[in-house]
Amino acid sequence: MAEKQSALDAQIASWTEYLRRRRAVTGADVDELEGHLRDQVDDLVRSGLSEEEAFFVAIKRIGSLDEVSREYAREHADRLWKQLVIDDAPSPTRQPRAFPLVAGLAVGAALAFKAPALFGVTFSGDPEFYLLNAGVLILPFLAAYFAWTRRISAAVMIAVAAVFALTAVILNVYPFTPQGMTVSLAAGHALVVLWLAVGLAYAGGLWRSDTVRMDFVRFTGEWVVYYTLIALGGAVLVALTMGVFGAIGLDAGEVVQEWIIPCGVAGAVIVAAGLVEAKQSVIENIAPVLTKLFTPLFTAMLLAFVVAALIQRDLLGTSRDLLIIFDVVLVVVLGLLLYSLSARNPESKPGWFERLQLLMVSSALVVDLLVLIAMVARIGAFGVSANKMASLGLNIILLVNLAWSAYLLLAILRGTARPAQLEKWQTRYIPVYLGWALIVMVVFPPFFGFE
Amino acid sequence: MHIGKDLVAAAATPLVLGILAEGESYGYAILQRVEQLSEGELSWSDGMLYPLLHRLERLGYVESAWHASPTGRRRKHYLLSSEGRSVLAEQRRQWTAVSSALEKVWMPPSDSTRRLVASPAGA
Repeated sequence: MAEKQSALDAQIASWTEYLRRRRAVTGADVDELEGHLRDQVDDLVRSGLSEEEAFFVAIKRIGSLDEVSREYAREHADRLWKQLVIDDAPSPTRQPRAFPLVAGLAVGAALAFKAPALFGVTFSGDPEFYLLNAGVLILPFLAAYFAWTRRISAAVMIAVAAVFALTAVILNVYPFTPQGMTVSLAAGHALVVLWLAVGLAYAGGLWRSDTVRMDFVRFTGEWVVYYTLIALGGAVLVALTMGVFGAIGLDAGEVVQEWIIPCGVAGAVIVAAGLVEAKQSVIENIAPVLTKLFTPLFTAMLLAFVVAALIQRDLLGTSRDLLIIFDVVLVVVLGLLLYSLSARNPESKPGWFERLQLLMVSSALVVDLLVLIAMVARIGAFGVSANKMASLGLNIILLVNLAWSAYLLLAILRGTARPAQLEKWQTRYIPVYLGWALIVMVVFPPFFGFE
Repeated sequence: MHIGKDLVAAAATPLVLGILAEGESYGYAILQRVEQLSEGELSWSDGMLYPLLHRLERLGYVESAWHASPTGRRRKHYLLSSEGRSVLAEQRRQWTAVSSALEKVWMPPSDSTRRLVASPAGA
């Protein structure tokens, strides 16, 4: 009997081992299915089958593992996103083509970024042109990358192309005053608009889906990490190039400034995206670590600032860049929140980390309210400008988002809301950023006389 | 009788919620109850139940906890939440509406049959 028992155990062990290899099915799911299998086997044995027969009937009734794990994948898309396709086998047509595609588009982006030089517009000679058009020149290649890998429909392709065309026209037709406020505002907000257009390509036709939007948020975060890593490597390359050629009495400055830096800046956009798509599982372990590491540090910084602001009392007399800095603070807080949401294991119960997030978000809210009051008073005293209005608008948008997030976090901790609701709130909020970025890019310049 | 895939899929959620409304349960027991309730007519691959339960949990309709069974085997038990209860009530209203409409069209009262037969003669 004991020997028979172990034969069944061995069969079940090899079955669970086979199941464990599927990425959509995790350890706890395997335990659950194994419990099911054993219950079924016990019942069948009790009704007269041999253990071996019972085992085969039971696994047959569980169903085809391909189908079952596809169903798990559909429910737990986050576990699978490293594979991108809900399929068990790595798709043979995509893998070999990925590298030439990324390389080709990266070279394309670099050439497009250098193309204006043919008309005498150089990187160092006309920084304002590059500031305005960087997104328009580089990001179409990123959109093309997703258009190709996602095989997006013609309608989506037209929509993405229309956004790029509109942005290009506005940025280059508007008679901006050089070095004015509206020109840098339009350039900055154009990047947001174009990045979201890339998101449209990323999502294919599924831009309404909350999960796909969350995937794009995740993609954005990882892309930033990869781009930063590549930029660090690039900085070392530049420094060494200058040093090595300087040592033999040659000045590499021209080549570095006109070729290495612009081509690197443009090409790295595509390469970073290609790396995120190809090597996701590597960074996947870093994302939760990064947020877990920086959430307490940012919380401490914000709490310290609350104390400092209370001691300082008079926020009115402080620098006029305060609001802009605070927009950055709120963006970072929101980023930490979004990034940890996107890396969160949906099965885990809320705990200390959610409490910490709530503390971080609410201290950011308190400080921001102080800053807002000071700024509104300042605008009342000194009048409006494009910069003030843009940073005020962004501040309010972020404040609303974070205030509701704080409310949801509180409800999650009390057990009256699900973490999925916070995710949904964040992904549903994305069009607000698009709307505001469009307003600043399209309406602000004429409204403020292109100053 | 073979019940179509789409219909099984549509019925699975209200059925599972309804079974959990009878009390806390776990995967294998839920499937046995489905078998018993539908007299074996309604069935799907056992493995498909679990992703469904996980989806219901993510949506907040059920809660789960691991318990040890009398034999010492670990089991994940599912419990209907208050949100699940109201979703079930809503689904029940919808299914009642559907099934009463179907009943009306398939089991016409005898006078309507007569009218159908009588009308050509009356015209």
